[in-house]
Amino acid sequence: MSGGYDDELTRPLKGALEATTSEGPTSPAVGRDEWVARHGDNRMGRGGRLGLLEDRLRFVPWWAWLTLFVVLFSLVPVASDSGYVRRVAFDIAIYMLLALGLNVVVGWGGLLDLGYVAFFGIGAYSYALLSSDHYGIHLPTIVAIPLVVVIGACVGFLVGLPSRRLTGDYLAIVTLFFLQLFLTVTTNGDDLFGHNVTGGANGILRVDPLSFFGHALPVSRQGGLFNPAYLYVVLAVFVVVFVALRFVNLSRTGRAWRSLREDPLAAEVMGMPVNSLKLMSFAFGAAIAALTGTFVTAVNASAFPLSFSFPLLIIVYTMVILGGAGNQAGVVLGAVLVGILLELLRDPGDSRVLFYAVVVLGLFAALRLSVRFAVVLAGVAVFGLVVHSIAGAIDSGWVNGSGGEGGGVADAMANWVVVPVAPAGWVAPVSYISVVSLALVLTLVRGWARLALLVPVLYLAAFVWENVMIAHPEPTRYIVLGVLLIALMILRPSGLLGEKRVEII
Amino acid sequence: MAEKLLDLQGVSMSFGGLRVIDNLDLHVDEGEIVSVIGPNGAGKTTLFNLVTGIYQPTDGDIVFAGASIKGLEPHQITRRGIARTFQTLRLFLNMTVRENVMAAAYGHTKAGVFRSMLRTPGMRREEQEIRALAEKRLAFFGERLMGYRWDQPAYSLSYANRRRLEIARATATNPRMLLLDEPAAGMNPKETQEITELIAKLRTEAGYTILVIEHDMHVVEGISDRVIALDHGLKIAEGTFEQVATSPKVVEAYLGTGGMARK
Repeated sequence: MSGGYDDELTRPLKGALEATTSEGPTSPAVGRDEWVARHGDNRMGRGGRLGLLEDRLRFVPWWAWLTLFVVLFSLVPVASDSGYVRRVAFDIAIYMLLALGLNVVVGWGGLLDLGYVAFFGIGAYSYALLSSDHYGIHLPTIVAIPLVVVIGACVGFLVGLPSRRLTGDYLAIVTLFFLQLFLTVTTNGDDLFGHNVTGGANGILRVDPLSFFGHALPVSRQGGLFNPAYLYVVLAVFVVVFVALRFVNLSRTGRAWRSLREDPLAAEVMGMPVNSLKLMSFAFGAAIAALTGTFVTAVNASAFPLSFSFPLLIIVYTMVILGGAGNQAGVVLGAVLVGILLELLRDPGDSRVLFYAVVVLGLFAALRLSVRFAVVLAGVAVFGLVVHSIAGAIDSGWVNGSGGEGGGVADAMANWVVVPVAPAGWVAPVSYISVVSLALVLTLVRGWARLALLVPVLYLAAFVWENVMIAHPEPTRYIVLGVLLIALMILRPSGLLGEKRVEII
Repeated sequence: MAEKLLDLQGVSMSFGGLRVIDNLDLHVDEGEIVSVIGPNGAGKTTLFNLVTGIYQPTDGDIVFAGASIKGLEPHQITRRGIARTFQTLRLFLNMTVRENVMAAAYGHTKAGVFRSMLRTPGMRREEQEIRALAEKRLAFFGERLMGYRWDQPAYSLSYANRRRLEIARATATNPRMLLLDEPAAGMNPKETQEITELIAKLRTEAGYTILVIEHDMHVVEGISDRVIALDHGLKIAEGTFEQVATSPKVVEAYLGTGGMARK
């Protein structure tokens, strides 16, 4: 590695020598820069073994990472014969494709496209109309998919047209309106000028599975298990899309996209046709979203308007932002993490482990391995035991409730957290509101007061988790996702793998 | 007599009722370095915005290399051979130094999206050419923008280096003419002298015709073949540096009439 570095340094030095030969002895040397010349010594990595590992890992080529990732991912059906796990893996692969597409528009083009999932829906509906009994059209997949991609790209192009004049907030509102328009049209599409186009709220049913060269690919195998072939198809498409986009990003088009994200006026003046580049970026994102829609529709054998609504938009944006907008590997990582997280939070047992693990890890990240960390942990544990025994001594009914099904962590928690059998109606809202307000108060106090306050707040959080949130997995998932996103944006505003960004200096 | 490369014929520009450029005739000959001076608000940057197509003139015509460029999009004008820098730096801050320059080669390169996806041999060859071009343009500034700095984000550069990078980026569009908007603004005396020499080198070695806006009179004196003074959108003086610097109208524009001084 050092050899390559030397090379890079000596080449420019030669150029500089030529540049300075014409200078007289009295004039200042043009371009003499001590800092650059000495930079070899200034380059600091992280010390120790971790730093060495980091340096080594940096030289693993991107395709090796991609291969490793895809191979591991495709081993999921081998490792588990659970139809549920396979289906979740498929959903995550779908998320990965969606995140890649959104990354083109938001991460590279810098266009805030809030109508993105509408293109996903357009792909889904296009496939459903082209391969179902609805109109009696049954195109083979090899024809349907390219057609859907072209339709998606064309609609993306049309929606992108206003983006030529609009930027930032204005574009966001227009595209958001487009998403609402899409939802309205599909929901009321069972009577569109007298025709039943989209099946309305009932959607389009009995959509064909994928079929290649006359062979249909059944969605479920014998016994109703999810067919992993669908996962492999989507993974293959993912690899193609990932590599193609990577190559585009490293071409003049990719550089132009990122230039217009940075400064559209400067990009235009430097010879880049900003308007058509914006349209191209929109069409690209839309085409990828539409392509993804076909697979989901084929697997679900149906398409409903509400599958393409705001919650999905928020999830896909979370993936892109959490992973690091503009970084392909980052948004894929974001998709995997958020996908897994949302599934784990469905199951009370898993989500409980996750909750306590995240709390302890978060505490560790904030306090590091220090006396304060130990004090707070021990403090919370003792505090809990004391509260639990006092509550139990007053009335055993206050501590004998069950917060959800078992597991070792659940048993341990049952002896620590107060879980009343039948809590009064006011307990849930009051405890929830107070934990949120106390957490906000925490940000206002400093020093030992903060540590002291942290103990009851953490215990109260555990109380709220066991008594309120675990009973309602659906809102809890989104609340936890939101909290994680806020925490990450404070710690790492550029996302997990995103490059550090500046707005204005 | 050299040929006129850029020729503004009776150009006027109004924002609403405000006349920013008033019936301006201005020409720059091939291979010439012309400076535009004038107090703040005289219309100098507006002049650049008109030439590069960011604004459309309300009157008159702008001819470049024998053809009118009035009404063209800015990127089309850049492809005809006019490149500029900005007074308020407008780099692509979150891209690397090299990518900033490579991005500006967009106008004279061809590889389309699908060829890029497939990485065809032609596309890869062109990519290498763009890279070589960018490195050559950066090498123009000696060691300043070299070595490890190629792969650093542009926001990590110092102010003076950002100004240099702006010039490097502009030259990567392969222009015939450079418009430099206050290239020495915010630089210390040593850097200012360096930029003066660089502008001279841009003509002698790279062969650009240069129109420059500058407030630093040492720079203007050092580089200009011809100086044009603007005030309130009107051309108030034109000629060599000495002629313009001693013109009563220019002195008045900068210092006001003598009334206050006499008191």
